[in-house]
Amino acid sequence: MHPAFSVIFLTTLIGAGQGLFLALMTAETFSHLGALPLQDNAFYSTGSLLVLGFLVAGLAASFFHLGHPERAWRSAAMWRTSWLSREVIALPAFMGIVFVYALLHYLDWNPTVFGTTALPETGLTLLVGIIGVVLCFALFICTAMIYACLKFLQEWHTPLTAINYTLFGMSSGFTLATAYAAQYSSEVTGLFGTWAIILTLAALVTRSASLLRNRRIKHRSSLRTAIGVRHSKIQQKSQGAMGGSFNTREFFHGKSLAFVRSIKWIFLLLVFPLPLLLLGMGLNNDNPTLLLMAFAVQYVGLLAERWFFFAQANHPQNLYYQTI
Amino acid sequence: MTQLALVIDLNVCVGCHACVTSCKQWNTSGAAGSLMDDNPYGKDPTGTFFNRVQTYEVGEFPNTETIHFPKSCLHCEDPPCVPVCPTGASYKRAEDGIVLVDYDKCIGCKYCSWACPYGAREIDEKQKVMKKCTLCVDRIYDLTLPEAERKPACVLACPTSARLYGDVHDPESEVSRAICESGGYPLMPEWGTQPANHYLPRRKTRIKIHADELTRVDNPLKKDGHLPETDKNAPFLEDSTSW
Repeated sequence: MHPAFSVIFLTTLIGAGQGLFLALMTAETFSHLGALPLQDNAFYSTGSLLVLGFLVAGLAASFFHLGHPERAWRSAAMWRTSWLSREVIALPAFMGIVFVYALLHYLDWNPTVFGTTALPETGLTLLVGIIGVVLCFALFICTAMIYACLKFLQEWHTPLTAINYTLFGMSSGFTLATAYAAQYSSEVTGLFGTWAIILTLAALVTRSASLLRNRRIKHRSSLRTAIGVRHSKIQQKSQGAMGGSFNTREFFHGKSLAFVRSIKWIFLLLVFPLPLLLLGMGLNNDNPTLLLMAFAVQYVGLLAERWFFFAQANHPQNLYYQTI
Repeated sequence: MTQLALVIDLNVCVGCHACVTSCKQWNTSGAAGSLMDDNPYGKDPTGTFFNRVQTYEVGEFPNTETIHFPKSCLHCEDPPCVPVCPTGASYKRAEDGIVLVDYDKCIGCKYCSWACPYGAREIDEKQKVMKKCTLCVDRIYDLTLPEAERKPACVLACPTSARLYGDVHDPESEVSRAICESGGYPLMPEWGTQPANHYLPRRKTRIKIHADELTRVDNPLKKDGHLPETDKNAPFLEDSTSW
């Protein structure tokens, strides 16, 4: 497939935003359970504004993918069948709840919603945050399922796609959260950092699994089933058009095999070992700059990862364009 | 339930592209506006077509066959492009099974083109909406046309009658009979999209000549002899005449 930068930016930006929100909620839950001291409201409200910034940037990037962005409002219509439609609903809903979460913390308005003797009192912010967490995971699933639901794009049609999108979003978000908390020299920096390392390692496992899976993939369609001629020797002589067409541009990455391979190694380096190293060094030396660099390096790596994700997918329609 | 479709006979398609040009002509002049055609006579021509004819060579020299392969939207019975459309612009008509795009609702996200394994959908890069074969829906129901012309433009244009058009759910229709009798098959059956359009395979033609066909048994005079042969050394007409 042709990797579109609008989609690459959309998925990576909202992923980082979602991960950051999950990190904030982890901190709030831990302090709620008394495992960590409570952070001040500014930590949460500024953090959720940062989340909103990432989500808005991602949403803005997505508009560049549309031929008619002015009609984008229509795209929530088919939520019963279309994962894209579901994403279009989940993203603003999540943005809305993050905004409410930020506002509640900013106004320091946290009335007790319910409390029992067994459980500590639950405030409004925690409740709103929990709704946000649910929406956040729903958004991860929707975004990934847009690709994973296309069964004949066999590189994408696997649960690993959804797992990878979620884990990459979370790992980049937690790395960002570590850098953010370090700016505040907050106590949660260590917690975030540890989770960032765990999530990055988990993403390494699942992404490697999908790379291995895709390497040995057997394509179900062949030129024989594509044109219905049962013969072992079929050669395309003309593609039906002299110049290129939408079909020759949209479904090919247009780069050499060596380029695609080098992108793979670049992302494997930038997403996993380098940020892990920077995170470890930053956490040990209490150095916020190194932690911020960890996020930046990982984010650039994720751009490459998403590019590779698209480029690697081989659409069966390419069978009709054997010689382009 | 009606399911209109094309049946394309690969045995007789000669790859003349008449279907391509007539399709482009009809659909670019329609109410929906022109189909993009950029730089048609320049170095990098590009444009939107509903129908393209590709050519494949099957076999190894000298035992090769050329297959001209016209491909347009197959109007799948279970079209994967329809459920993924976020706006509902892509839809399959219940009454005749034609898959259509509502150009006014399409946001140009290209998701349906990703979801079509056949590459039958092309975005119009000028109008920024997804376009595809409509089975000339504006032609086949046009009561102002004579009945014989209420067919897709490509079907009317085909000089070898390689394209049949009709209801594949009606067992008595021309297309159903053609599929039954000539072994019509769908493309990429492995994805369960159940394309309505079918292709008729290339067929080997063999003639068996019986002995009685060599002698003219039906000649009432039974006086078939050899034709009079001229003297090989006799002068030709040119030799014996002078101008």
